[in-house]
Amino acid sequence: MRRALSIWLTLAGVALAAFAFALAAGSVRLAPLELLQALSSPGDSLTGEIVMRLRLPRALAAFAVGGLLALAGALMQVLLRNPLADPYVLGLSGGAAVGALGAMLAGLGAFAANLGAVGGALAANLLVFALARRDFMRRQAFGALDASPRLLLTGVIMAAGWGAVITLMLTLAPEARLRGMLFWLMGDLNGAESWAPAMLVLAVALGATYPVARDLNVLLRGEALAHAFGVRVAPLRRTIYLVASVATALAVTTAGAIGFVGLVVPHALRLGLGNDQRMLLPASALAGGTLLLVADTAARSLLAPQQLPVGVITALVGVPVFMVLLMRNPGRT
Amino acid sequence: MSAPLLEAQNLSLRVGGRTLVRELSFRLGAGEVWCMLGPNGAGKTTFLHTAVGLREAQGGALRLAGRALVDWHATDAARQRGFLPQTFHDAFSASVLESVMLGRHPYLSRWQWEGEDEREIALAALAAVDLAGFERRDVLTLSGGERQRVGLAALLAQDAPLLLLDEPVSHLDLHHQVLVLEHLGELARARGKGVLFTVHDLNLAARFASHALLLTPQGVVRQGPIGEVMTEAALCAAFGHRVTRLEAAGRTLFVPE
Repeated sequence: MRRALSIWLTLAGVALAAFAFALAAGSVRLAPLELLQALSSPGDSLTGEIVMRLRLPRALAAFAVGGLLALAGALMQVLLRNPLADPYVLGLSGGAAVGALGAMLAGLGAFAANLGAVGGALAANLLVFALARRDFMRRQAFGALDASPRLLLTGVIMAAGWGAVITLMLTLAPEARLRGMLFWLMGDLNGAESWAPAMLVLAVALGATYPVARDLNVLLRGEALAHAFGVRVAPLRRTIYLVASVATALAVTTAGAIGFVGLVVPHALRLGLGNDQRMLLPASALAGGTLLLVADTAARSLLAPQQLPVGVITALVGVPVFMVLLMRNPGRT
Repeated sequence: MSAPLLEAQNLSLRVGGRTLVRELSFRLGAGEVWCMLGPNGAGKTTFLHTAVGLREAQGGALRLAGRALVDWHATDAARQRGFLPQTFHDAFSASVLESVMLGRHPYLSRWQWEGEDEREIALAALAAVDLAGFERRDVLTLSGGERQRVGLAALLAQDAPLLLLDEPVSHLDLHHQVLVLEHLGELARARGKGVLFTVHDLNLAARFASHALLLTPQGVVRQGPIGEVMTEAALCAAFGHRVTRLEAAGRTLFVPE
């Protein structure tokens, strides 16, 4: 308990530093004193406008999306008992992308694209739930035959289907809209000002999963064993599927399908700090948020005024870092 | 006299249209060690899964400490009976100590973290299966037999009155087979636990069990004190293989033809 607390406090400290960095960096660089001034009395200067109207909302959105993705990734890995699971593995991002790209293809605006993403994510979510409902609804798991492989297969096949539709849309798209669609697919926080829903859902998702975190530790060892140790397996699996889905849907709607964060942040924390979900779920949210915040700051300031898709940065930086972690601990995965 | 730890009444089990167990009735009381014998696919694991509540019976009733299985709350049931599955599938790293402390899960309140008490119980359980000093090892680095003993330690840490074990010694070497079964017998004698385990080694069954359930391919189950069930004729009928019963070195031995 004390160890988890110190981990969270450390990560929260790093997150605060990342926020300061994100607010100060960019085409208009701010000294620490200027930043404090802009934050304390934002109304009376240009820098105040930049910080409060442009950078802070974007930073909050980046943090919330990163936190949602990492949390959803950690939950999916428990739900499917598979280290390769990420928030998109069950085809949620595919559904959202089809909705958003469909709206873009039809020439509708950003609002319609967001609406399309929500609708698509919801449709994908319901489809997987309906197809795998026997795994979710049945009273108990059937012995060693865990439900997870079939659920995973259902999701992977759905994702493949969505992928085909996305490719079809990109093929049919006129040149002028192609760039916007590609950016959406890679994940992009440009113009993502609506941080409040994502932040709210992040808080709710953590609040909903933290009380069952020890049950998740047991579930990770297999459904039959979890049942024997007194975990109500079926309701628990439904809960974490629901929470992970909503978290992913909101992340994708806010910023597109940013890859990598959801897969790698929970793993990096497991490698370094262990696999107790009580520690891991809040830590994933904090670390995922921080990672995406730093990556987004780099994405908009490295080649400023040119903006890079943030998903490219997370992958380019994250892959080598993760490889180093993995190589250093050969005994653990 | 209190209710038996586990009671089956006219229990029928079917899998895929095939009847495995027909009209089975028996009572397992405190201090008894039951072995479950039978050929592959006769329904041993299916019966255990039903008794744990992982699947439903196709007829009859199962009672845990006098109360119907379905009426048990998950946590209360976990304090009343423990279960050792046949195999373990670890997808993620975990320390041996963490894996054994899982057995304390049903006793901890929602916000409680494992403390010194849980640690001590887990260490004692590890010592009982001859794994003292293994607590910091990663379960992914263990051998099959060591992993099975970690599972057994978790079951011992759970400390339920009724222990259901699916082939608890299948991966163990000779020494640890005897050690584990002796420990289970001691728990039954000294602490009144009820034990039900499946096993393929007839000699281990005859040596350590007080009672036996013998499943046959026809779905008929013979049951009772070990000496009455484990006869040459009954074993031959159940397994479709001739078995000779010998008395040697003060023990009952079974030699297959």
